[in-house]
Amino acid sequence: MKATQTIQKETNNSQVTERISGSEAVIKCLLAEGVDILYGYPGGAIMPVYDELYKYQDRIHHVMTRHEQGATHAAQGYARISGKVGVAIATSGPGATNLITGIADAQIDSTPMVCITGQVGSHLLGSDAFQETDIVGISTPVTKWNHQITKASQIPEVMAKAFYIARSGRPGPVLIDITKDAQFEEFDFKYEKCTGIRSYKPVPKTDEATLKAAAEAINAAKKPFIVWGQGVILGKAEDAFKAVIEKAGIPSAWTILGASAVPTSHPLNVGMVGMHGNYAPNVLTNDCDVLIAIGMRFDDRVTGNLASYAKQAKIIHFEIDPAEVDKNVKTDIAVLGDAKASLEALLPLLEEKTHQEWHQRFKDLYDVEYEKVIKHDLYPTKEGLTMGEVLKEINIQTKGDAAIVSDVGQHQMVACRYANFNKTKSNITSGGLGTMGFALPAAIGAKMAAPDREVVAIIGDGGYQMTIQELGTIFQQKTPVKIVVLNNEFLGMVRQWQQLFFEKRYASTEMVNPDFVAIAKGYSIAANKVTKREDLKEAVKTMMETEGPYFLEVRVEKEGNVFPMIPTGASVSEIRLE
Amino acid sequence: MNDNIQYTVFIYTENNIGLLNRISAIFQRRHINIESINSSASEIENVSKWTIVVELSEERIKKIIGQLEKQVEVIKAFYHTEDDIIYQESSIFKMRSALLFEERQIQNIIKESNARIVTVNREFFVIEKSGRKEEIDMLSRELSVFGIMQYTRSGRIAVTKDEMRISTMLREAFLHH
Repeated sequence: MKATQTIQKETNNSQVTERISGSEAVIKCLLAEGVDILYGYPGGAIMPVYDELYKYQDRIHHVMTRHEQGATHAAQGYARISGKVGVAIATSGPGATNLITGIADAQIDSTPMVCITGQVGSHLLGSDAFQETDIVGISTPVTKWNHQITKASQIPEVMAKAFYIARSGRPGPVLIDITKDAQFEEFDFKYEKCTGIRSYKPVPKTDEATLKAAAEAINAAKKPFIVWGQGVILGKAEDAFKAVIEKAGIPSAWTILGASAVPTSHPLNVGMVGMHGNYAPNVLTNDCDVLIAIGMRFDDRVTGNLASYAKQAKIIHFEIDPAEVDKNVKTDIAVLGDAKASLEALLPLLEEKTHQEWHQRFKDLYDVEYEKVIKHDLYPTKEGLTMGEVLKEINIQTKGDAAIVSDVGQHQMVACRYANFNKTKSNITSGGLGTMGFALPAAIGAKMAAPDREVVAIIGDGGYQMTIQELGTIFQQKTPVKIVVLNNEFLGMVRQWQQLFFEKRYASTEMVNPDFVAIAKGYSIAANKVTKREDLKEAVKTMMETEGPYFLEVRVEKEGNVFPMIPTGASVSEIRLE
Repeated sequence: MNDNIQYTVFIYTENNIGLLNRISAIFQRRHINIESINSSASEIENVSKWTIVVELSEERIKKIIGQLEKQVEVIKAFYHTEDDIIYQESSIFKMRSALLFEERQIQNIIKESNARIVTVNREFFVIEKSGRKEEIDMLSRELSVFGIMQYTRSGRIAVTKDEMRISTMLREAFLHH
């Protein structure tokens, strides 16, 4: 019987078939997909692949993290800064389950990642063998696709599909589980890249009439407002996007994953939307007449109460994933398709506009926020260092050229609010999942993918200790990342909520912390601690001027709060400044 | 407020291991109870067809369809109300053979319900009945008076009154890349 053709391959007639083991085939697949770095941790069921990694170490650099979760976040950091597929590898059982947090993070933040796990021999499947776990079952809800390989001959096609699925359309994580016998088995290897899967349409076709309707609505708008998300970055649409907002003169705000697609200093960049976003874009969301959402998914942290979100506005949604349309916010015009292609097609249909009065509204509200919040964050007069002034110093020293990798919590919101971004792919953070412990390993991956860029990790004292073991990876790999821990001796964001909504009952949020500088020094990482305002500038300068990795702890005020803030259940326009 | 409607969902998929888990997880995650589920071969070689019955609002079922179609190995998903489809369920009942002689009305019940006897032996006989849910419910109620040894019913299976263009879609799948 002729097998049904379900995938389309790049024909490669020049490549000859060779007889090799499944594990060597895995390496050859990775090389064929352009993988030069992968992150992982060895163990019994993946040993044959590690044996091949040893033989191929001149061509593919394996970074041994200190925990498999670190491997996934490093692969994510690598992917987020480079736009390429990040790769993580682990053994069966606990090695595989330790990947799950990173996979779930990559799924919700649309990060292209391929995870490879070893599995017990196929004859042992389902027998509760040593280090056997049903990782395909476990990872199903948090992967874009996953598959178990039990025969070496399946490796090339499955690996080709894995990379194609991870990077195409709306990207995401893929997990491939390979039984140990399939790794040992020899077969005739030939690699053909996947170029299509019949059941999978990564990019929906853009409808011209819909695009025209969108252009007409934008042209007719008096108070148009754009909220853009990571889709602009993932779709490599930064230039097309900038051209659109400049021609149509539309004030544009970003979700945290969209940050840096347009420089912070751009006059049409009006800041961040959402729970701790800027005042003007949140308030004016409920005043615009046309809201144009581009490559974003109306997350609840962005919209606040949906019942009072932009009800007055006509909603236009540019989106690659049809499942996102009407999911949270009912759309009037949905333009499906690739962001770059759609925006390029939109541009000639737009009229040149400036919307000066409308812009002034944003500026006026910015001034309100500046007086009430920003001034006190960046130029505090009270005792106690603020997180904001640390960011300000980093901006000065890096001139806004660094990639900022933040963890989760108060420092993350402060980093997103105050970091200056000159270049795209500069804000690497765990958005949707809110994974504490993300930043340190993600910074490692980011620095390795972009060695010419400064990578500064901004981390709270809580999240830092969730993956602090990755200092070992930095030590061994000599990865020149700059690590800034903003230490308030609290799980600050939870404490802020306890203060505001739980009558200051600080249940399990106070941290008794170790000597972080001594720990960094234990890994031979240059380290310093700042407790006074007058020492901050010099300390940040020294950090940035030091070659190699550097750790800087800044003791910030213990009970500082992040404002503005949209309380849970409130509308975006009810954002609080204090 | 309950604006739930019974929908029959059809999902055309590749025939791959693990899809049951992936599809059921979409419902489970949203705390949606699956009333019945059936997976089988379809009119197209190597393509599976799933028939799932759920009770939901139209707004929610639309989102579920979006999530289903987002899966790499799902070719296409549809939702229908009962008016759009022709459907059947199947059931089999195992009863004590002695009843056939002791309880004359059993034969009438079988005849009137358009059920059929699949097999009879010394100990037991087996009745098969296909039809709408209510018909099977009624037969089950009537037979239960006499004691049912075993009873199994299938999930809904259905076809649409309108044409489904899956074959065309599959043929064209590679043309747009």
